[in-house]
Amino acid sequence: MKARHKRLGIIVVGLAALGLAAFLVLNALEGNLSYFFSPTEVAEGKAPADHIFRLGGLVEQGSVTRDAGSLTVKFVVTDMAQSVNVAYSGILPDLFAEGQGVIAQGRMGPDNVFIAEEVLAKHDETYMPPEVADALEKSGKMGERHPGSKPL
Amino acid sequence: MSSRLINWFKFSSPATFYPLARKISVASAVIAVVLIAVGLYMSFFVAPTDYKQGEGYRIIFVHVPASWMSMFIYLVMAAWAAMGLVFNTRLSAMMAQALAPTGAMFAFISLWTGSFWGKPMWGTWWVWDARITSELILLFLYLGYMALRAAIDDPRRGDRASAILLLVGVVNIPIIYYSVQWWNTLHQGSTIKMNAETTMDETMLITMLIMTLGFWAYSIAVAMARVRTVILERERTASWVRELGLAGS
Repeated sequence: MKARHKRLGIIVVGLAALGLAAFLVLNALEGNLSYFFSPTEVAEGKAPADHIFRLGGLVEQGSVTRDAGSLTVKFVVTDMAQSVNVAYSGILPDLFAEGQGVIAQGRMGPDNVFIAEEVLAKHDETYMPPEVADALEKSGKMGERHPGSKPL
Repeated sequence: MSSRLINWFKFSSPATFYPLARKISVASAVIAVVLIAVGLYMSFFVAPTDYKQGEGYRIIFVHVPASWMSMFIYLVMAAWAAMGLVFNTRLSAMMAQALAPTGAMFAFISLWTGSFWGKPMWGTWWVWDARITSELILLFLYLGYMALRAAIDDPRRGDRASAILLLVGVVNIPIIYYSVQWWNTLHQGSTIKMNAETTMDETMLITMLIMTLGFWAYSIAVAMARVRTVILERERTASWVRELGLAGS
């Protein structure tokens, strides 16, 4: 066995051990690395009840209402299985719209309304010109274009 | 060994690689200028407006290629580092050294443009989600590598220590790449997927690929120019460098 074979062996074994260690750490971290909780997780009681967390999902169609004379916006965040009522006072990002993905940071208030302190818009990985989007919308194929991807 | 068509070990000698690096550098620089000029023109004037993000999405043509390069350059550096450790070739460590500033620059551009993109679209300059945080760690790995090798006076020892740092850091690359699949993140998933259709307009995609190739050519050109100065610096006592008659020595 030449010296360089030995060194190659040490590197290969070292990298394999490192990869295994990383895999185990990531596996153990799995749930804790999530940036947000979905409405289903909130309904299952996985989200913290007494301190700040982030809620992610789609803004339900037709659910956005604005209080007259204030910046308060109320809407429903859904993951198509469960939904959570959200209230927010402040400026929304440009992409905020019904049917759009959002991530809200805040805490559960009384009567199960999520009081958001910050609302961020989440967009998906689809990019196309507006004419194409219109055509897909008309033919009802908008959702079929990327069957592999999740709504969020 | 003698039956091989090309003796690759010949090019692992700094003396034979030095003139070759110049040729590669000049050719790549020309290709880079052409591709990036065409790519930027297409980015601004040819690629269509996005249906949701309007004109603001155009930053993708810099953001995505820069992010790809930051990850790819790291892998190349790690491969050079492994080769240096195994074969003890002097040039390997020099190649890794020459690539590092370019990789760090692309990691920085990726974070910078991402921040500019995030403010109008997401509503925030910065979040600590898995994709963004792991890319920041990549920038720190580049900076740490450069700092470590500069901190050790004996260049050969510096090579070995920093090579091990590079190899350990490789773990981060798949984490960056798969972060958007493994965890819930604010960052959207990959547009170009390995197992599904690309969810991007064709003109946009071509523009992005031209920019990527342009960044590749740029990286090669700059790394080759830099490796020449690294060779001169580290081989300054070698007779072939003295015969070049540089620096009035």
